Amino acid sequence: MSETERKIRVLIAKPGLDGHDRGAKVVARALRDAGMEVIYTGLRQTPEMIAEAALQEDVDVVGLSILSGAHMALAPRVLELLKANGQDHVQIFLGGIIPNEDISKLQEMGVTGIYGPGTLTDEIVRDVRKGVVGEVSN
Amino acid sequence: MASVQEVLSGNRLSLARLLSQIENDTPDGRAALSELFPHTGQAHLIGVTGAPGTGKSSLVNQLAHYYRHPPENKTPKRVAIVAIDPSSPFSGGAVLGDRVRMRDLAGDPGVFIRSMASRGSLGGLARTTSGVVQAFDAAGFEIILIETVGAGQAEVDIARLAHTTLVVEAPGLGDDIQAIKAGILEIADILVVNKADRAGVENTERALRNMLNLAHPVKRVYRHHGTLETVPAVPASTTESPEQESVWVPPIQKTVATDGTGVPELGDLIAQHKAHLEQTGDWEGRQRARLQAELDGLLQIILVSRWRDALSPERYQEVLEQLIERNLSPRQAVEELLNGAPRS
Repeated sequence: MSETERKIRVLIAKPGLDGHDRGAKVVARALRDAGMEVIYTGLRQTPEMIAEAALQEDVDVVGLSILSGAHMALAPRVLELLKANGQDHVQIFLGGIIPNEDISKLQEMGVTGIYGPGTLTDEIVRDVRKGVVGEVSN
Repeated sequence: MASVQEVLSGNRLSLARLLSQIENDTPDGRAALSELFPHTGQAHLIGVTGAPGTGKSSLVNQLAHYYRHPPENKTPKRVAIVAIDPSSPFSGGAVLGDRVRMRDLAGDPGVFIRSMASRGSLGGLARTTSGVVQAFDAAGFEIILIETVGAGQAEVDIARLAHTTLVVEAPGLGDDIQAIKAGILEIADILVVNKADRAGVENTERALRNMLNLAHPVKRVYRHHGTLETVPAVPASTTESPEQESVWVPPIQKTVATDGTGVPELGDLIAQHKAHLEQTGDWEGRQRARLQAELDGLLQIILVSRWRDALSPERYQEVLEQLIERNLSPRQAVEELLNGAPRS
């Protein structure tokens, strides 16, 4: 019996209060078309809900879409909760409106990718795959 | 295996990781399932199926909420949800969106939701769904709600897996001819007419009721791989009751899953169905039929794969080419591969 090919599992979530989910859906669709399994949780998620879903679904990657300006509060909180749950290996990327001066701070905290408007979805797909496959092989 | 002990003691991260192992059908996953198997057989498996957009996810959300906050002084039950959505036949990827409707359940440690992609399976479940359900069962979840892929007419695998199957309908989805066709409506233990606040609900209910009136109440016998699977007859001690009493006629329950209307009544019906199964001996019958189907299914897969491993790829290609050139029929090609001596 051959093993089923290992699928990359990604959680796409929208924390906070803004209701603009088009970006999140575009990214979810692009990752799907790249053969990944995308768990889409919808709008207005708290960091606690996101971490819980990431745990139950045993995802490799969490993508957060934030257009509210609250990324400096939300992203670190999600990272902290993932670690507290023992999911240190889970990578986080961010999409939305993130000012330049916050990008390096977020990267220092452990956010692996930050994608603003105009990013090609191919770039996100490539980074996600590289991050996960690289992580699995070492 | 350490992780099996952790799963049995309620470690959620270990359980989540084991579910991935099972889904990916890894050697570790298979070994863990075998070790967990003696701990299974406790949970009530409830299948929820129906066409896309009838409100299955919202209903599952409400049912889970009902079991977590039961009426009167009943004790809450631990609930696992397995929600299956289709994989793309082209990319193999999937968007699993059932959690969107289940946000009320967040933060409750007595609930565990797992989304699964169908990964090419056509019966409404994924191939490894029964393994995932066994893991939840062993981990002590008392209620396991299994939500199928949005199903049309023929995705009936759920009836073989679940003890109780709910078929969810909604107003405006088809006339009374749809209701007498074979397939999904037949597998219902309980028919749910969701979105009962919408116009046309009376017509839907009437069509379903007529369908039930046309049907002779019969005992379920599942056909599987073309062979008949007989669910063992009712034990002699209970056959004294009149035949009518031992046959379950699927009730129809109206619900509005967005606000919970009808859900407590649905919960009662599910409990009645369970009691009926236990009373008539069908509970064991269904377990038996399910495990036999699993045994036969696995046998097929493993026999074929072992045989393929022993077959040279050249030989297979050779016969395939003959088939494509129409020198051999598909059946002759199979016989050639199974019996024929390799050509010199």
